[in-house]
Amino acid sequence: MHPYTNQGSQDTRSGFGAGLLELGRSNPHVVALCADLTGSLKMDAFAKEFPERFFQTGIAEAHMMGMAAGLTIGGWIPFTGTFANFSTGRVYDQIRQSIAYSDKNVKICASHAGLTLGEDGATHQILEDIGLMKMLPGMTVVVTADYNQTKAATIALADHHGPVYLRFGRPKVANFTPADKPFIIGKADVLLEGSDVTIAATGHLVWEALEAANTLAAQGISAEVINFATIKPFDTEALLKSVHKTGRVVTAEEHQRHGGLGDLVAQTLGMHRPAPIEMVAVNDSFGESGTPAQLMDKYGLNAAAIVEAALKVRNR
Amino acid sequence: MASIYDYPSQIRRDILRMVHKPQSGHPGGSMGCTEFFTALYFDVLHHNPSAFTMDGRGEDLFFLSNGHISPVLYSTLARSGYFPVSELSTFRLINTRLQGHPTTHDGLPGVRIASGSLGQGLSVAVGAAQAKKLNGDSHLVYTLHGDGELQEGQIWEAAMYAGAKKVDNLIATVDANGQQIDGSTDEVLPMGDLGAKFAAFGWDVMHLEHGNDLDAVRAALREAGTRTGHGKPVVIIMKTAMGHGVDFMAGTHKWHGVAPNDDELARALAQCPETLGDY
Repeated sequence: MHPYTNQGSQDTRSGFGAGLLELGRSNPHVVALCADLTGSLKMDAFAKEFPERFFQTGIAEAHMMGMAAGLTIGGWIPFTGTFANFSTGRVYDQIRQSIAYSDKNVKICASHAGLTLGEDGATHQILEDIGLMKMLPGMTVVVTADYNQTKAATIALADHHGPVYLRFGRPKVANFTPADKPFIIGKADVLLEGSDVTIAATGHLVWEALEAANTLAAQGISAEVINFATIKPFDTEALLKSVHKTGRVVTAEEHQRHGGLGDLVAQTLGMHRPAPIEMVAVNDSFGESGTPAQLMDKYGLNAAAIVEAALKVRNR
Repeated sequence: MASIYDYPSQIRRDILRMVHKPQSGHPGGSMGCTEFFTALYFDVLHHNPSAFTMDGRGEDLFFLSNGHISPVLYSTLARSGYFPVSELSTFRLINTRLQGHPTTHDGLPGVRIASGSLGQGLSVAVGAAQAKKLNGDSHLVYTLHGDGELQEGQIWEAAMYAGAKKVDNLIATVDANGQQIDGSTDEVLPMGDLGAKFAAFGWDVMHLEHGNDLDAVRAALREAGTRTGHGKPVVIIMKTAMGHGVDFMAGTHKWHGVAPNDDELARALAQCPETLGDY
């Protein structure tokens, strides 16, 4: 059985809000921008305590990205906040030219990513954002697993120079990582050691991977669970070290199979150490309305799906 | 000591020669804005070409939003002392810092943002202007936009923000040459009364009828400076002629993105005396 306990479910976006507020107090250069979703992004505490360092742009995400790029000219560290769909797909060219190509120190913070946004449906449930952002040269991509990790990652971003995409979500999920654990960009965490199969997970699927490992253990299968909270730069060493032991991998993410963590793991294995791989991800479709749990079940993004994939990859 | 009146002809020579060598680039808009760049960089702007910093604290900032007129920017930057004028000969060639559209990627002094994909520069300038306010820096932020560029929606997002939030340390100039790639702006997409549009978005609007008259541009930019700090961003709708300075290139969209051939170059250079020495 894995040694982690849920310290009380919380939403990862609240971790972002708490991290941003702490940064506001500890780093006088941090500014924040939001496109009319201050409450949803949990940025209201920062906005209230530091009104002079908070910029409400209205529903104008393209402008918000450009303005954030401009604020870096003069030494400020901007954190933008809106939903993941409006943080990436809607403003891709603004990010590409004014932020990534221009090497601007902007932190793009994106909530309500993936299916767990729920009832609003496919228009808002972006499942392509990790791929979009990891393709941009120089962009760091971070996808956090729980409240504590999101808070720690938010704080860590301020000390990292360069553009970053930070992806988190809407629903309350298990909070299981240590509250005092600093976030190290580019380093994956081996949460559980095992010898039969590697489960490489990111975001909301990390807790599901731990739960899957319990089920697998009951069947005599020893799973190693790794939290790839940094998608880019990818921790190749952590993956290869694990696969040398296990010889096979299941990836798990709340994202399209095309362009996500699974793609990246397959590419890395193909180049360095070919091994069987199964991907728990959305398979080339849009989402729909429903509760987060219903959607994760329907689209096969939960512990049961990870168990099934692990059994499948074991027999290959 | 060069006179400010020596610059436009020399900059036009630079533009023509820069685009001729790679047979690539955008001479028309560059030549139409030569007086604007001369007035801004050699008269109005408080800047420090010999010690360029990305932060630009304690100096005025300029953002070129319509990045395709990079030839006039590069010539002006080089002749201001940001980098050697000899480097102008590398424009658009492999391994150059003088990319087809401006970039910060190769460390070219004088450039603080990439531009080329249109409509993004006003937002960047608004951010930089807000940064100046946060820093207690009283210097100004200038931008230049094409009139065709105003068809991009992000321009109006930025315009709405700057007006509503009283970003009054910002002076935007619109190069109203009435031309874009597919024809005149009236043929492609008539934009109506640009001044009235900006005014409706809360801007202080100035009109400059003779944007190729150096003294008129200097006077307009100076007046715009006096109108900052009064609760409104300032915009200058500046009428110019695309391709100004060479008779067969002037007033048409034909030279938007076309380089002169050998014969055309010779005929064009004959109309632009070498005032400050070619690179």
